[in-house]
Amino acid sequence: MSVPWLTILGAAPLLGAVLVMLLPRRSELPKQAAFAISLAVLGLSIALAVEYDVDGGFQFVENYSWIEAFGAHYAVGLDGLGLALVLLTTILTPVVILASWNDADDGRWSTNSFFAWMLGLEGLAIGVFAATDVFLFYVLFEATLIPIYFLIGGFGGARRSYASVKFLLFSLFGGLLMLASVVGLYVVSADSASGPSYLLEDLMAADMSQNTERLLFLGFFIAFAIKAPMWPVHTWLPDAASEATPGTSVLLVSVLDKIGTFGMMRFCLGIFPEASQWATPVVIALAVFSVLYGAVLAIGQNDIRRLIAYTSVSHFGFIVLGIFVMNSQGQAGAALYMFNHGLSTAALFLITGFLITRRGSKMISDFGGVEKSAPVLAGVFLVAGLSSLSLPGLSPFVSEFLVLAGTFTESITAAVIATLGIVLAALYILLMYQRTMTGPVRESTRNLPDLGGREIAAVAPLLALIVGLGFYPKPALDIINPTVDTLLERVGARDPEPTVAVREEAK
Amino acid sequence: MENNAVDWLYLIIAIPAASAALLLIGGKATDAWGHLLGTAASLASFAVGVLAFVELRDSADTPSLHQELFSWIQVGGFDVSFGLLFDRLSGLFVLLITGVGSLIHIYSIGYMAHDERRRRFFAQLNLFIAAMLMLVLADDYLTVFLGWEGVGLASYLLIGFFQQRTSAAVAAKKAFVVNRVGDMGMALSIMLMFATFGTSSFAGVESGMEEVSAGTATALGLLLLLGACGKSAQVPLQSWLLDAMEGPTPVSALIHAATMVTAGVYLVVRSDFVYEQSQVAQAAVVIVGLVTLLWGAIIGCAKDDIKKGLAGSTMSQIGYMMLAAGIGPAAYSFAIFHLLTHGFFKANMFLGAGSVMHAMNDEVDMRRYGALRAVMPITFVTFACGYLAIIGFPGFSGFWSKDKIIEAAFAENLVVGLGALLGASITAFYMTRMMIMTFISDKRWAKEAHPHESSLVMTLPLMVLAVASVFGGVLLLNDWIGTWLEPVVGEGEHHELPLGLTELGLTIVVAVVVLIGVGVAVRLYRRDKIPAVAPGDVSSLTTAARRDFYGDAFNEVALMRPGQSLTRGLVTFDDRGVDGAVNGLAAVVGGSSGRIRRWQTGFVRSYALSMLGGSALVVLALLAVKLA
Repeated sequence: MSVPWLTILGAAPLLGAVLVMLLPRRSELPKQAAFAISLAVLGLSIALAVEYDVDGGFQFVENYSWIEAFGAHYAVGLDGLGLALVLLTTILTPVVILASWNDADDGRWSTNSFFAWMLGLEGLAIGVFAATDVFLFYVLFEATLIPIYFLIGGFGGARRSYASVKFLLFSLFGGLLMLASVVGLYVVSADSASGPSYLLEDLMAADMSQNTERLLFLGFFIAFAIKAPMWPVHTWLPDAASEATPGTSVLLVSVLDKIGTFGMMRFCLGIFPEASQWATPVVIALAVFSVLYGAVLAIGQNDIRRLIAYTSVSHFGFIVLGIFVMNSQGQAGAALYMFNHGLSTAALFLITGFLITRRGSKMISDFGGVEKSAPVLAGVFLVAGLSSLSLPGLSPFVSEFLVLAGTFTESITAAVIATLGIVLAALYILLMYQRTMTGPVRESTRNLPDLGGREIAAVAPLLALIVGLGFYPKPALDIINPTVDTLLERVGARDPEPTVAVREEAK
Repeated sequence: MENNAVDWLYLIIAIPAASAALLLIGGKATDAWGHLLGTAASLASFAVGVLAFVELRDSADTPSLHQELFSWIQVGGFDVSFGLLFDRLSGLFVLLITGVGSLIHIYSIGYMAHDERRRRFFAQLNLFIAAMLMLVLADDYLTVFLGWEGVGLASYLLIGFFQQRTSAAVAAKKAFVVNRVGDMGMALSIMLMFATFGTSSFAGVESGMEEVSAGTATALGLLLLLGACGKSAQVPLQSWLLDAMEGPTPVSALIHAATMVTAGVYLVVRSDFVYEQSQVAQAAVVIVGLVTLLWGAIIGCAKDDIKKGLAGSTMSQIGYMMLAAGIGPAAYSFAIFHLLTHGFFKANMFLGAGSVMHAMNDEVDMRRYGALRAVMPITFVTFACGYLAIIGFPGFSGFWSKDKIIEAAFAENLVVGLGALLGASITAFYMTRMMIMTFISDKRWAKEAHPHESSLVMTLPLMVLAVASVFGGVLLLNDWIGTWLEPVVGEGEHHELPLGLTELGLTIVVAVVVLIGVGVAVRLYRRDKIPAVAPGDVSSLTTAARRDFYGDAFNEVALMRPGQSLTRGLVTFDDRGVDGAVNGLAAVVGGSSGRIRRWQTGFVRSYALSMLGGSALVVLALLAVKLA
């Protein structure tokens, strides 16, 4: 029997979390252990990526019957989309641990638990991205709420309790809708000749009446839209991101929120292709609205973390837009966007986190002239900001342009409106940069220390990836493209042909 | 004719890019020699550019040098690769960018000598050079866009170089945001190309252009024009350029006069195959050019800040280029010709202005200058060469290039021709005014001013550029420029002039109106004493021109204030409305902190319970189905 590498990858951080809890408190040891474990997991995930065959469909597959009566299986496997998001998770976790080194020292609970919850979250997230059984996915999807709830509620700002409860209520509401759909799927598959099964491949083959399919689709979609988050169910995010520690915000926005858009591609489009097509006009409208709404709201914020949260509402609008325009540019762009947004937003949250810790305030109006006292901090902040406004040469540009180009072939109106987002993005990033970093030096910012070695080591890999994938996105696109092609075939959508034929050699 | 594939073209871009990266990442360790490396990188890039140019010139049957680097983005039918195209058009640009760029690097060694962040300045200049070269060497609209936004970034960084000055930081942001409005047009044009042709490469778009509908061709032309308006500060996206003078003066010379702001002209000329299919789009380019050339010239008359005067002039001169580019094949080569000569004489005058500012403790108000010709002879003489070139003094470079554009304008349309002629007269007026107020007239210096000539490292580039300003007209000998560019933009047809004018006759008319402009300025500013403070009781036209024709006021009333209200309104709406409505349940929680705490501790349990309840529900549902 082959080695269950994927299970090992997911279980390692979970076991690591237990180990970190057992280590002596009030020492550096738990931090070092957590960092070492996350690095080991990163190494393993890179090894898997090297072994991954880009044209091979689902790989590292494991499949065991779990609860026979339900047709639930322990079934995992990775396709290109899953692999990209697993890599995002395993890259960000050590970065976040390193960047959050001292953030939990005065939390409500022990430092050990902070890092243990992070590792636990990593393990569960890997499971979510790898699950190929809907029941398993649902259980893991709900289980991720537990560590993130404790991370928000236990460590962070003054209103963290409010924020964590609000987050939980939204998520539970979505979770319940999804649960209803999960149950419904059982009913559907129990009627089939082969008996009940939650395996993705079996559900794809299941027959559903049009109404059933649409209802079940809605249950999943709303849950994912809350997670993503889309307008109008986004309001939990600014509160949560504003109150949590920067590291928690990264795990929440860069990793966990991706489950929403990941789920839309894997499950909404995969299991309910007809209903997804049916919902397309409304979803595109909501997505375009989210793009602009999030951007305008970001411009109006004075709290740096809320600002970044709203930029994510805008960016998630782009991702959802790309998924539902149902062509290869849009969907490959959306999948790549998930990865790039993870890097870019992580860099922004962590760097502004360093800034906020130094000054003791997260209000933009409390800063000014920081560039003078902390030029390196200002420099990396600018690069992260430019990636968020999708400057060509940085990775988010590639994904954003693909989404827009894909949108244009589907709906010129939607593309034109969404393109307004690039002007608004320039405004929200550069306004923030101008107000915090430039201008006369203030008494309160005169002596802010510049970034230290640990902080630079934490964000440098992110910036290197952002620049590297900006000029050479091929490795990521090679992984993503075949998955997108499979998905589009499933949905029955084809790329539109250009209206004018161009000589082949002229291309 | 086959493209000549060469494998060293990338060095033209890679050298300054590597230097910029090294200086930015190397940090303080590179402070001591950063300016030298930066200058050397620019010179090296120039040298490679010259080699390429010679290679291209010597191989008569080769339309271009080409290098394919690697695939950038490939998804489905969308396939964009990094390819470099060194043809006769981009070759001229490479020489202009790296040539004038190198001179400005040398000048900056002296100009920025006392700035503690000089190394960073050179890093950003190198970044600009690399991005601008990417823009002109790209063979696909999407890779042009990479350079396009890259120069926008460099411009942003350099306008805001004196970051501690709020006005500089605000101007930098404004430049980037206004440019992004133009970039929207460019981005949409690329999307439209992809939807129409399945490619955005020059070759692909060109080969398919003849088959597109008129509507598509017009849309493409107008979208590209929007992009060009942003980068080239043409009306209606002109408002950022005057504020951009907050940047160090060498930056104003290189980026905001000689090179980057001409990128819009490059884009239009490069896209000749698009504009040939749409007369509407061509007419739009002509109108934008005509309006801007007058708009900028009139603003230039009212400015007392020497750099803003020159900035208004830059807008105006680029307006001339735009106008020529809009006329089409008859004038493409003249647009590029004027672009080159303007690159020389405007860089010359901006650097000269910098030399004056250097001598006058960074004073920019011309009302505090006067009689500087005696103390700054080299600056005076070189500036005078630029002056004579821009007003079109017979024999100087600007005379040949502007004359050709006015001629083409008359051949196109009488009104357009008269507008261009009027512009020439106004140009003569405001430049003479600048010349008198700065170098002639009486001393109006501030008490602590002790002007002196600048050092050789600064005056040497002035001298080189002055020579180019004088003799730039040689490019027109035997119609060299037209013949050279013919493979790229097609053959220029010759048109008849209206009103029975001959070419010589028109030249004389131009000379007369220029003379009138000079005469009026001399009469106004030579005879009377120039007040050290700008007089307040001026005509409404002067007031309007001083305030840039209310461009900023319009933006504020039409865009900024409504935008701010919208933002404020939405923030309130989101906090109260959406949050409250969607989140009725959580709103209950927002009571006293004590209650939250109770909720919170109780909630962990209720969560566990709900999980349990959920699971139980699943089991029950499954059983129900099974039993049914």
